Amino acid sequence: MNTLFTILQYQFVEKAIIAGLFLGVVCAVLGVFLVLRKMSLIGDGLAHISFGAIALGILFGVYPLIIAIPFVVIASLIIYALTRKHIIEGDAIIGILASLGLATGVILSSIATGFNIDIFSYLFGNILSINQSELIFVIIGSVIVLSIIILFYQEFMAISFNPEQAKISGLAVNTLDILFSIITAITVIMSIKLAGALLVSALLILPASSSLQISKSFQNTIFLAIIIALISIISGIILSFLINIPTGATIVVINSIIFFLILMIKLLLTK
Amino acid sequence: MKNPIISIRNLSVQFNTLTVLDDINLDIYQSDFIGIAGPNGAGKSTLIKTLLNLNTYKGEIKLWDKPLNTFKNWQYIGYVPQSLNQYSHQFPATVEEIVSMGLISTLNWPRILDQNSIQLVNETLAELEIAHLAKVSIHDLSGGQKQRVWLAKALVSKPKLLILDEPTNALDAEIRQVFYKQITKLHQQGVAIILVTHDMNDIGNYAQKLLLLDKKVIFWGDFNSICESEIMSKYLGEENKHLICHQH
Repeated sequence: MNTLFTILQYQFVEKAIIAGLFLGVVCAVLGVFLVLRKMSLIGDGLAHISFGAIALGILFGVYPLIIAIPFVVIASLIIYALTRKHIIEGDAIIGILASLGLATGVILSSIATGFNIDIFSYLFGNILSINQSELIFVIIGSVIVLSIIILFYQEFMAISFNPEQAKISGLAVNTLDILFSIITAITVIMSIKLAGALLVSALLILPASSSLQISKSFQNTIFLAIIIALISIISGIILSFLINIPTGATIVVINSIIFFLILMIKLLLTK
Repeated sequence: MKNPIISIRNLSVQFNTLTVLDDINLDIYQSDFIGIAGPNGAGKSTLIKTLLNLNTYKGEIKLWDKPLNTFKNWQYIGYVPQSLNQYSHQFPATVEEIVSMGLISTLNWPRILDQNSIQLVNETLAELEIAHLAKVSIHDLSGGQKQRVWLAKALVSKPKLLILDEPTNALDAEIRQVFYKQITKLHQQGVAIILVTHDMNDIGNYAQKLLLLDKKVIFWGDFNSICESEIMSKYLGEENKHLICHQH
């Protein structure tokens, strides 16, 4: 217990936990809508796309997460527009843009020297290295995304339930979908510091998927997803610090363990 | 006679090069209970979805005297789609959460459910005798109970028109009759009803007018006038025609 208190006294751990709490809540809530709308893979795709933009930012000395915002938002809107018009299947365009983002990142990191360590922290995440301005970025971004979700809660729930019926109810489904794409893009970029471009989608998918296994109501699904996300993020940060392993990966493994435990218990109970 | 609530003129719908509806002309009034029938692929569901502004079309559609593309009072219309297309089977929701979604067109942004909304939901559940299921997950209900929930969702906004697209497909005969009686009661309370069905015999017991579609309008009129219709003999067969005529 003393060790735990000692860890929490480190300012960088404190910052990591604060950022983790905000990101945990945002990812869990948004993740429920993404999973229900069968858009789980978009988090993965957008994170890969952001890798190219981050490399570009590092190359030109601009704060990478800020430069990633317009790139990833535009990419999410391209994905939305092409899939809506049935020009190409959603998973195909996500795959194409994700590959392009990763490939661009690899090329940019090969033509510049000295930033490979930086770029790897964005690939795999390193929340313990979060600085003051990044923490502020995460807090402000999380508050904006959560406010939008709260203000459009009924609309997003109705669209997740049945987009056609939402449209018949007079909702501006296309505009709301564009707004949803933008907040998804912002959430993915904010979360890259926590889990890295390669693992960020797990933060969106796993708490929601775990919660969906056992929740009976929409409100409870969101509430339980938040609890699962916070448990895995806080325990992941502390455990990774204690045994000196990567934080993002630890959080994802804990999340996965929770998911499979819930799944096993559910299967055993329904046998 | 008052103005029609739905007025359709020269309506045609095409998907790519395939004509699904051709030159449809109809007036539907507040007092109507209409059965829409026709073979598979006749354009029944397409007509409903076009009225609900989900398809592109040629021609003119007016809802309550407003052109479809400027119509805003969607709370006037309650819609029960085919049950299998209702929702993602993973969607976690209680009965009251589902029914509350039916109020979305009546709420001003940010569309927070107030006491009045909650009372409306409770009243609707009570009217359909499913108040005891309010907190139950939709996944734990029988087919008949689910159908009442979809109906409650469509009715909670107190619509003037109820559109049902093959609502009884998944129901057994006994529950189907209970369902039709509920719809008839709504009609008696002043709600216009449009009911898409394969079930010509059953619908003849409840609806006043029949629209028989096969891409074009084959028959449009009172059930009573079916008996004089030559075309209906061809479409229904003499035996079915006599059965329906006998009911009216």
